[in-house]
Amino acid sequence: MMITKPKKADAANDDSILLKVRGLRIDGMSEEVWNPIVKGVDFDLKRGEILGLIGESGAGKSTIGLAAMGYARPGCRLSGGEILFDGIEMRTASEKQKRAMRGVRIAYVAQSAAASFNPAHRLIEQYQEAPVQHGVLSVEEAQSDAVDLFGRLQLPDADTIGFRYPHQVSGGQLQRAMTAMAMACKPDLIVFDEPTTALDVTTQIEVLAAIKDVVRQFNTAAIYITHDLAVVAQMADRIIVLRYGEVVEEADTRTMLSKPTEAYTKSLWAVRSLHKEEEPGEDTLLEIRNVDASYGGGVKVLHDVSIKVPTKRTVAVVGESGSGKSTTARVITGLLPPMTGEVLFKGEVLPPALKSRGKDDLRKLQMIYQMPDTAINPRQRVRDIIGRPVQFYLGLTGKKREERVRELLSMIDMEPDTFIDRYPGELSGGQKQRICIARALAAEPQLIICDEVTSALDQLVAEEVLRLLLRLQDEFNLSYLFITHDLATVKAIADEIVVMLQGSVVEQGMKTEMLTPPHHEYTDLLLSSVPEMDPDWLEDLLVKRAAAANAKARA
Amino acid sequence: MGKVLTLIVQRLGLGLITLIAVSLIIFLGVELLPGDIATEILGKDAQPATVEAFRKELGLDKPPVTRYIQWVGATLSGDFGNSFANGRPISDLIGFRLQNTLFLALMTAAISVPLSLIAGVLAALYRNSFYDRAINIFTLTSISFPEFFIAYILIIVFGQQLGWFPTLSNVSAEMPFSQKLYLCALPALTMTLAVFAHMMRMTRAAILNLLASPYIEMANLKGLERSRIVTKHALPNAWAPIANVVALNMAYLVVSVVVVEVVFVFPGLGQLMVDSVIVRDVPVVQACSMIFAATYILMNLTADIISIVTNPRLLHPR
Repeated sequence: MMITKPKKADAANDDSILLKVRGLRIDGMSEEVWNPIVKGVDFDLKRGEILGLIGESGAGKSTIGLAAMGYARPGCRLSGGEILFDGIEMRTASEKQKRAMRGVRIAYVAQSAAASFNPAHRLIEQYQEAPVQHGVLSVEEAQSDAVDLFGRLQLPDADTIGFRYPHQVSGGQLQRAMTAMAMACKPDLIVFDEPTTALDVTTQIEVLAAIKDVVRQFNTAAIYITHDLAVVAQMADRIIVLRYGEVVEEADTRTMLSKPTEAYTKSLWAVRSLHKEEEPGEDTLLEIRNVDASYGGGVKVLHDVSIKVPTKRTVAVVGESGSGKSTTARVITGLLPPMTGEVLFKGEVLPPALKSRGKDDLRKLQMIYQMPDTAINPRQRVRDIIGRPVQFYLGLTGKKREERVRELLSMIDMEPDTFIDRYPGELSGGQKQRICIARALAAEPQLIICDEVTSALDQLVAEEVLRLLLRLQDEFNLSYLFITHDLATVKAIADEIVVMLQGSVVEQGMKTEMLTPPHHEYTDLLLSSVPEMDPDWLEDLLVKRAAAANAKARA
Repeated sequence: MGKVLTLIVQRLGLGLITLIAVSLIIFLGVELLPGDIATEILGKDAQPATVEAFRKELGLDKPPVTRYIQWVGATLSGDFGNSFANGRPISDLIGFRLQNTLFLALMTAAISVPLSLIAGVLAALYRNSFYDRAINIFTLTSISFPEFFIAYILIIVFGQQLGWFPTLSNVSAEMPFSQKLYLCALPALTMTLAVFAHMMRMTRAAILNLLASPYIEMANLKGLERSRIVTKHALPNAWAPIANVVALNMAYLVVSVVVVEVVFVFPGLGQLMVDSVIVRDVPVVQACSMIFAATYILMNLTADIISIVTNPRLLHPR
């Protein structure tokens, strides 16, 4: 069976319903009790249609997506309702029936391709596993199909890439290979579970375009799960907004974007409205001069990096993963002494290594991290988490220390009486990040390095955290070095922008200047790759890029 | 492949350093004991001149550094020196016994390793089933008893009641292979029971640990059979921990069988060492200790190398 021809030639005209979900209820086990996670969800999916499921974390998106395959993660159970896939009840089907469907008629694309490919086998072995094991294709057929699909998904060296191991290809390529793997049996439905969340914006575009293209070619229906509205706007025909395991609103994509009716949906849409006017900096607080750095004396990861951070301003450092953003932060904090170059604070050279810096040098420079879960000790109460730097840097003890901790809690809008005795486990993600902010503030710093501080948070919570950071900047004359790959955040809060690529600074300047053309070629690529809420954005962009590439080729 | 070779050479180098350190410890440990073989053999009332002459004959009058170097040099050339107690060459004493010990260890390994790996994979495959529970209870019970106790139970059941196997395992050099196998049946079974639990439980745990990985969920969602998921997707990634526990148990088989040897009157290395310790036959103790240490180091090296060569990231670099 060759795949150049879609399986069902007349499928494009077939409007029949493929998946019908009614009153779906899913329970999750926590503290030895079953609690409802999904509370009666209804939806239909037509053949060839792409349905977007969006919502914040904990809304039940992935759980519903997996339930469509009759699968519940360990600790979850499908407790009620109907999941009719082409007339087959998936909820009550036997394991054997479900196995026969999975991989063949319904396939899954996971969030992290790097974790979802088995490190021990070559890509092609994993690709051919489903079709060969289910007796759909022979090994030879599956392999020739794979080459064809890899080509359609624009993977480089389609003939040979399958013979590589997962760690030998990049994240974006792996994600496309996983989409190819899901397509292997030409399923009727693919569940995409945040397939581009772990990717850089520039890579995300390629993957989105490839997925959209291949799904259309084979008229495959899809459930596309994401928390990113702009992404779902590109991919879905219809969108369902979920919250707390219930459907908030359902509409076709254009209607949902232009005229959302529910307040919650509107609030999701409004998140991107945060905007701070830029102000030029006056005096320089921190300066990095001509820094080269490497890990263990090996390959250089920073090449001649120079950045200035003015007092009371926010400098955003943007770039893809591996561009040297976090390494720059490590050089500034002294965790990684540079090979050449220097770090100046208020015009004075800081000792390169952390251990040769004085307590006061340490105090002035604080950090907030991406994962509040791992950045705070789960065995300490809020009192001690914040109290420790208060005591260490300011020498306050006993009652004075307690007072200061309470003051800091009030500053981050957390009621001291309620929160001071809590453990991190008793806080939400956003609250934990606030605690991290308070801990940084406790040292009374002048510069805070924020390393992807909002990437692990939902959009609404992230916005609150950003507002808090802006307010604190105003109150305490703080400077921020804001490391992020999220350009929406940059647009919202930065004064200046530094663009990094492969360990070098490509371009830097004031925000508006940086965001208005003409850009450096790479800045342009980066900025134009940020998805917009316009459903036509992706296709327009691809057309534009193709035209530009043609023009360039001709010239 | 270059990186794998470098890593393996590094491990071998580390093994060598460990071996040197161990040889130093063995040598110094014996050195620190009060008195020596001369006073021990001649007794407290011996004439100082006689003791001195005896020491000279044994080479004990030379400085420790010289003796250490001589000892290492001789050991490397396979000459362990002569026993202080009876003057026979140590290599003769050890040779036959080492063969026996290795024979018994290999026989036990040949039974226990495949058995425990298969039992472990099956336990992971049928997790929480009756089989899983039964095998867990059985293995826990078998390691909870001391080895000699198990040995006696086996002797009573298989030796006396059923009369299938001999209860004495006094093998000799000229016996045919099959005869040796027959004589060693009960000690090998005893030791199998002693090491089975570790290896089986580690295999089970290593696989179950991986079953929570996203790529296992993926395999599930590709509609694969559970047996295929366990053997094709989990097992290949579980070799490193399994190899480690197997290696440790193999070393244990060579080194710690003295109790079993005593029960079955088996002429092995452990018994020789115990006898030599009693009479302070220092060169024999040193030689046995070196062999035991080398076994441990070799086994651990093997496990390390297995972990390296089963890691696709190292084997197939970018």
